[in-house]
Amino acid sequence: MKPRIILDSKHFEITVTRLCYQLIEVHNDFSQTVIVGLQPRGIFLAKRIQKKLTEILKLPAKKEIMCGSLDITFFRDDFRQKELVPSSTEMDFDIENKNVVLIDDVLYTGRTIRAGLDAMLAFGRPKDVELLVLIDRRLSRHLPIQAKYVGKTIDSIASEKVKVEWKESEGADKVTLMNY
Amino acid sequence: MSSLSTKHLLGIKDITADDINLILNTAENFKEVINRPIKKVPSLREITIANLFFENSTRTKLSFELAEKRLSADVINFSSSTSSVKKGETLIDTVNNILAMKVDMVVMRHPNPGAALFLSKHVNSKIINAGDGAHEHPTQALLDAFSIREKLGNLKKKKIAIVGDILHSRVALSNIFCLQKLGAEVMVCGPTTLMPKYISSLGVKVEHNLKKALEWCDVANMLRIQLERQDIKYFPSLREYTMLFGLNKELLDSLSKKIVVMHPGPINRGVEITSDVADSDQSIILEQVENGVAVRMAVLFLLAGRV
Repeated sequence: MKPRIILDSKHFEITVTRLCYQLIEVHNDFSQTVIVGLQPRGIFLAKRIQKKLTEILKLPAKKEIMCGSLDITFFRDDFRQKELVPSSTEMDFDIENKNVVLIDDVLYTGRTIRAGLDAMLAFGRPKDVELLVLIDRRLSRHLPIQAKYVGKTIDSIASEKVKVEWKESEGADKVTLMNY
Repeated sequence: MSSLSTKHLLGIKDITADDINLILNTAENFKEVINRPIKKVPSLREITIANLFFENSTRTKLSFELAEKRLSADVINFSSSTSSVKKGETLIDTVNNILAMKVDMVVMRHPNPGAALFLSKHVNSKIINAGDGAHEHPTQALLDAFSIREKLGNLKKKKIAIVGDILHSRVALSNIFCLQKLGAEVMVCGPTTLMPKYISSLGVKVEHNLKKALEWCDVANMLRIQLERQDIKYFPSLREYTMLFGLNKELLDSLSKKIVVMHPGPINRGVEITSDVADSDQSIILEQVENGVAVRMAVLFLLAGRV
């Protein structure tokens, strides 16, 4: 079967904008909220959402929304089963008593998010934690983890792969379902 | 590249430049980890590591132990002075008995050159050399390279002078291999009696005048005079050595550029380096110690992936 486009660049933009408005409904001006993208691919979405929120809320430069990137390599449960290359972690703020929005591009088995929750706790005890993903591959979860904010839910099987491309790294915003 | 080409870390001579870069890059991630409020990660929680120290050590032993604990490994410590080695047990027997208690990795320091290699051939475990006699001390070389890279950006074409007791120094040998593999130029400087006979065959410059060596280099690594390894007198007196090869503030300030000063420790203050130099802003001696933990975490993490 041919690769199927799930989100083209126009719908991509619409979806990200909708996610931003959903976040604003809950978090108001983001003064008590931090957003954390999971390395390596979640940071693109986190940065995009940070930028979009700043535009929508017309925030001055001084009140920029705190956005960090978190690497979870050392917290994975499949270390020693496959080779892993760590990325950088940049968390220049304390998450003690903050509302944390964890962000990743695709939610699949839930294992990455499990590791992300553990990794995050090294930076303090947050008041509450929510999960935002662009694509939710439901029906393939290994752990009881659900996202609060979802860009698009899809049904897919294990032999398929979701590929998320970004303007910043691949030249265009696009989500494709690939067959292997 | 995401894994090492070797199963053990016996010496820098046996590993590639890619291996070294992988270790240094991974160490950067660990340096960030050990500066977090909670400095522990669970990566090695199912691994048990034995630290076997057949020779005295403070920094290396503490640094390895801390690195292991920050990675959540189980740690057992052994030092020869309080063990059955004194009763006549062989090295292989000692280690095999420890491994029978289900130990996955062994960190070993030993007074005999080649002890780590010997062990890697005869026991079924991952071996990390924490110094074998006057042969190699790979993790020290890696942390020195990491510290220089952190300070100067990278090592390509950088000039490093290693000053002091080259003959008895495992740090010097490992540093020469490591720095050359990363593209740096190396000069050794010291009294002729403390210079190995064929040192120039390693492709290093040899200099016997400290001032000239310091004018040439970007980084000076000042080694300790290893009196415990010197069975004969190699120079008339420590005082004369200090006059000719000791680094003091006056000499440092007389140079045409600001060089970086390193020391692998333990420092003999007032012998190879004076206190005001060791504590000056050009010295990165304490950074080296901090980086030691991060680099050793990287080595353990990368080798444990292959247990």
